[in-house]
Amino acid sequence: MNRFFDIPSDLQHDWIGLVGLHLREALLPVLGGLLLALPIAQLCVRLRWLYPPVLWVTTVLYAIPSLAFFVVLIDYTGQTELTVMIPLTVYTLVVLVPAIVDGVRSVPQETLAAATAMGFGPVRRYVQVQLPIATPAIVAGLRVATVSSISLVSVGMLIGNQGALGNLLHDAQIYNRPELAWNSVLTTAALAVLVDALLVGVRVLLTPWMPSGSGATRTRKEATAR
Amino acid sequence: MRISGLTGQAQRAGIEARHTPAARLKHNRSRLSPQQSELGWSRAGGNGQTRRVFGVLIRIDSVTKRYPDGTVAVDRLSLEIPDRAITVLVGPSGCGKTTTLRMINRMVEPSEGTIWIDGQDSRRQPVNTLRRSMGYVIQNAGLFQHRTIVDNIATVPRLLGWSKDRARSRARELMERVGLDASLARRYPYQLSGGQQQRVGVARALAADPPVLLMDEPFSAVDPVVRKGLQDELLRIQDELGKTIVFVTHDIDEAVKLGTMVAVLRTGGRLAQYAPPADLLSNPADAFVEDFLGADRGIRRLSFFSAAGLDLLTAPIVAVDATAEQIARAAQGAPYLLVTGIDGKPLGWSEPGALTAGSVDTGRLLSYGRPFVAGEDSLRSALDCAVLSPAGWAVAVDGEGRATGVISQTAIAEAIRGAHEAAPGVGGTTGAGEPKALR
Ligand SMILES: Nc1ncnc2c1ncn2[C@@H]1O[C@H](COP(=O)(O)OP(=O)(O)OP(=O)(O)O)[C@@H](O)[C@H]1O
Ligand SMILES: [Mg+2]
Repeated sequence: MNRFFDIPSDLQHDWIGLVGLHLREALLPVLGGLLLALPIAQLCVRLRWLYPPVLWVTTVLYAIPSLAFFVVLIDYTGQTELTVMIPLTVYTLVVLVPAIVDGVRSVPQETLAAATAMGFGPVRRYVQVQLPIATPAIVAGLRVATVSSISLVSVGMLIGNQGALGNLLHDAQIYNRPELAWNSVLTTAALAVLVDALLVGVRVLLTPWMPSGSGATRTRKEATAR
Repeated sequence: MRISGLTGQAQRAGIEARHTPAARLKHNRSRLSPQQSELGWSRAGGNGQTRRVFGVLIRIDSVTKRYPDGTVAVDRLSLEIPDRAITVLVGPSGCGKTTTLRMINRMVEPSEGTIWIDGQDSRRQPVNTLRRSMGYVIQNAGLFQHRTIVDNIATVPRLLGWSKDRARSRARELMERVGLDASLARRYPYQLSGGQQQRVGVARALAADPPVLLMDEPFSAVDPVVRKGLQDELLRIQDELGKTIVFVTHDIDEAVKLGTMVAVLRTGGRLAQYAPPADLLSNPADAFVEDFLGADRGIRRLSFFSAAGLDLLTAPIVAVDATAEQIARAAQGAPYLLVTGIDGKPLGWSEPGALTAGSVDTGRLLSYGRPFVAGEDSLRSALDCAVLSPAGWAVAVDGEGRATGVISQTAIAEAIRGAHEAAPGVGGTTGAGEPKALR
């Protein structure tokens, strides 16, 4: 047990360092995905016909194995973190775009009519009325995207040392130290649970206007193991 | 200007004849400019029973709305909406009421025709400026669920660039005006009842003090008791603030109660009749309007006649401690006597023979039903009291609830005939201006 946190030197980080690296490689793609998804979703809300093809494209992208992404990207971005984070960013879209679109569309018709009647222009209405009311749905989408991103970072070990906690799996094998594999799995799971709880906290802070007890549960169905 | 039916034409002349020269002069200055909106014009009545009509603020001029799918929602509609009065649009579902209302603030653009606001084509000003000068209230209030009550009400002032503090203090002022407790200010909409939310909706529409209020079935989602409260509140607010209100409903009783003018629309978006409610009830333009008004329009029309002129009898009233002599005198010519307490308030009816002089057994009196207030209530209330009373006589009381007289069904019927003869077209309330439904 005292060798549990004894990380082989080829990983160039101690355990804490690996956790930090893992979080960065998992969370930056979610943030990037959110920044991409917001304008895409807004377009889909305004141009209804655009939504089905966009959904289709995000689903197809999600279906491409990360290895295929790596093969293509490695020529441009090398064996870097970026090569890992780009596919992860693309994968979050399959959850985030529908979460935002459905959230924005679920704003009651009366609320929208009232906003228009009070003289809100389309942009102001989107930012000040539709997005805030869609917050619970967006956060629900973020939770799924974040948890799946945290588990997916590990595949970065395929391009050598870019899998953060995932690299421990590789080392467990080559050094024949099974406790490293346990460390990898348990730490990843703990991170996912912690970050998820944090997001729930953020949601509660952001939405004091929600009747308590009616937590957002939409888009959970999108959660798929990869 | 197309108003169907002769009554409409006559009535339109009526509206214009009622302008005082002074009101007309003032009206030449823009009603929509902010400096003017604070001017306190003299208001007739003041007790909410008479409402003076000032002029036309919104003129809907031969407007047609054809939706992209070909539906003609409104067909060559022309309406002159009077200033500082409540104009009600009423009609069956799908007759184009909401469409008409939304064309006024350009949430829907007319396909043909023009809407003139205070003499100006509504398309000539920026659409959001136009909308901010018109409060808008809808069913279920349409509140912003993510904002507190004060912030909901402060929305339009904030859009107009007021500081947060000023907008919020204005919002608190309005909460009081619409009868909302100040403790609700920091709550969110989900923590309010439907009736309270509707009040917030009205307060929000009033926040920037717009001259015009557009209301689309605002009270139809609440129960009848709350609805009546909201209607009374609206009439009170209208008396205080003198807004130009366009009110959509499919409830003819609500239309008659609230409207200074009532426009009945028929399916296909055509105007069936445009008249004050008393006229509508006495002279429906055609079978459609008559049908829409329902079976008891005769009874409802009595709401427009005051009970003040009734010949009340005081002789058949005796106090609980009446002497045998007093009872005998009162009993002459009256089948029943009304017994009152020492304080003058009615206790109940009794046959004269059943009364014991000196101290009446109040337990054996017959119920007197619900009394009417002679100075305030209508002939409808008086008749209602008489019909409900087991003795067939109505009891009139004063403001403090003391019995001031009694009257039989027969005498009320006599008075109703007299009132109809005196005012065959328009209801005969006192004072200038459009007659308003009494309680
Ligand atoms: N956006 C639209 N596109 C096509 N047709 C519409 C549209 N909005 C309304 N209509 C049609 O126009 C007609 C009038 O609709 P409107 O909403 O004005 O009726 P309404 O009198 O307010 O009815 P209700 O009492 O049910 O609210 C209806 O036949 C309706 O189906
Ligand atoms: Mg409607």
